[in-house]
Amino acid sequence: MKEEGKRRLWMEYQKEVADDRFFYVRSCVRQNFFPASEKVFLQIMRSELGKDVFEKEAHTTCSGIGYHSDVVPFDTAMTIIARQFALMTESGYENFVTSCITSFGLYSEVIETWHHFPEVLARVRENLKTATGREFKIPANVSHASDVIYKFRQQIGEKGKHRLVNRYTGNPLKVVEHIGCHYSKMFPAKGIGGAEYPHVLIGMIEDWGGEVVDYPERRHCCGFGFRQYLVQANRGYSISCSRKKFDSMQPYKPDFILTNCPGCPMFLDRWQYAISEMEGITYGENGQGIPVLTYEELAGLVLGYDPWDLGFQVHQVPVEPLLDKIGVPYNPEKKFLGSTGQYIGKPDAPSVLKFYSNV
Amino acid sequence: MGQLYDQLSNDVRFVEGLKACLNCGTCTAICPAAEFYNYQPRNIAEILQSKNDHDIETLLKGDAIWYCGECMSCVTRCPRGNAPGLLITALRTLSQELGYFVESEKGRQQLAIKRTVGEWILDYGYCLFPAHITPEMHPEQGPVWEWEHEHIAEVMDRLGANYQKTGPGILRKVPKEDLDELKKIFDITGGTERYNKIEDFSRKKAEEMGIEFGPGLDNDYIRHIYTTNSGKHNKEE
Repeated sequence: MKEEGKRRLWMEYQKEVADDRFFYVRSCVRQNFFPASEKVFLQIMRSELGKDVFEKEAHTTCSGIGYHSDVVPFDTAMTIIARQFALMTESGYENFVTSCITSFGLYSEVIETWHHFPEVLARVRENLKTATGREFKIPANVSHASDVIYKFRQQIGEKGKHRLVNRYTGNPLKVVEHIGCHYSKMFPAKGIGGAEYPHVLIGMIEDWGGEVVDYPERRHCCGFGFRQYLVQANRGYSISCSRKKFDSMQPYKPDFILTNCPGCPMFLDRWQYAISEMEGITYGENGQGIPVLTYEELAGLVLGYDPWDLGFQVHQVPVEPLLDKIGVPYNPEKKFLGSTGQYIGKPDAPSVLKFYSNV
Repeated sequence: MGQLYDQLSNDVRFVEGLKACLNCGTCTAICPAAEFYNYQPRNIAEILQSKNDHDIETLLKGDAIWYCGECMSCVTRCPRGNAPGLLITALRTLSQELGYFVESEKGRQQLAIKRTVGEWILDYGYCLFPAHITPEMHPEQGPVWEWEHEHIAEVMDRLGANYQKTGPGILRKVPKEDLDELKKIFDITGGTERYNKIEDFSRKKAEEMGIEFGPGLDNDYIRHIYTTNSGKHNKEE
């Protein structure tokens, strides 16, 4: 194939990400399990990059987990999303950025539906007006927060204090990248690199000095599966999917896993604990797990933020082995302290997975 | 063309999801659920394409439509642009509309999801709320979550949240007027009606099964549907 043809084909896998003036909506899972990641995203955008990112307390869940576990009807979800767009419109913004991948997929699905079925859009507009008196414009640009960090990855790298390099060997750290299914599997054109070549995390890893691990089950789902995790009787599905990935990536000895979906890092973190308790298996070196990071945590780490400000203390798989490899300073004594430095107890150690012995 | 097929055809997700299935099995090959459960998205598409009402009714009353995790991996790979995952969403909608969901072990679980995620959406404005993610219901969350759960306000504060306080921020208290708007949206768009149907059909099923039914999570029916796994769903070794 001629070089020009290749370039033209690759254009299909690109996406436009707005440069500034974002209306930000939060993620239910992120806020519950990795709250500091959302704080760090806003800190990077506003303080490091000088961007205008606006948030309104009036926004709510998009209802995506309820929708994909099929208790919330499509019309209800579409109208809740229309309300989010109305809040953006009323605030004078047109670039929409969401913290959540389930939301991002649902926003994409809803906008596509409105495009193909204008009568559905008309119905949603009428329903929103009746329910709330609000009107909305469809955003000019819808991005996931990882798209935005990807866009500004070079600036973050240039400002950074740390590189993804093993200080003991001088080699790039080996990183497994895991993309949330709803980022681009439904609508490949909505994701950077599409579904087959998602580049959103690769770009960050490589620009910040790391090396991406390719492994057989790279694109397999983490196993959330909505109802497959929400109901206890179904969780075998969820843990089996994660285990399939761990078994597949372990021979490549990754230094950590990087994710762009709010749910995936929680499952890939917690299921390592559960597998260790159930079967005595650990996937890292010397009884440790493989640390699982969000892209906001990684960006913050590169920028030199304190690990406990990034929220690593709420990971079940300790991140300290990675911090040691990079050479990030941290104070183990402060790990589980409260906001004013008060002692609020600390978690029990798991019975198998190394937890306190390596800090 | 059957009556159930006609009803499915009113759902835009069904229209988008089923163009022309050539029964190649690519969706089954890539499907995480097909690897775990005795399940094939290819069969779902084939039955729907047959437009046979009897077979569709069997689907709506069975466990199979509840095995999918809606990861949508099938959508990427279908060579004909079908979306089996979207067909599942349409089937689950119709199964609940008609009350058929209570006829299967996996379908009956919808009440547990409605009583948790479904109600948290309206009560808090979030699909998940940390006070309710209890270590008892989520032992897999491990000791760090147990510690966090016990000290949730302090930990959230440490991590920069605005936990249940006014103003914007992480896990802020969503203002009442906004929750009221959410409720009105549910009332107008069929969300409230869906919740009521899940409740009504489940209550009748509980009576039929002779299992205690009550509000909230502390009753035998919820415990039953939340934890029961007959072990008959998985692929044979």
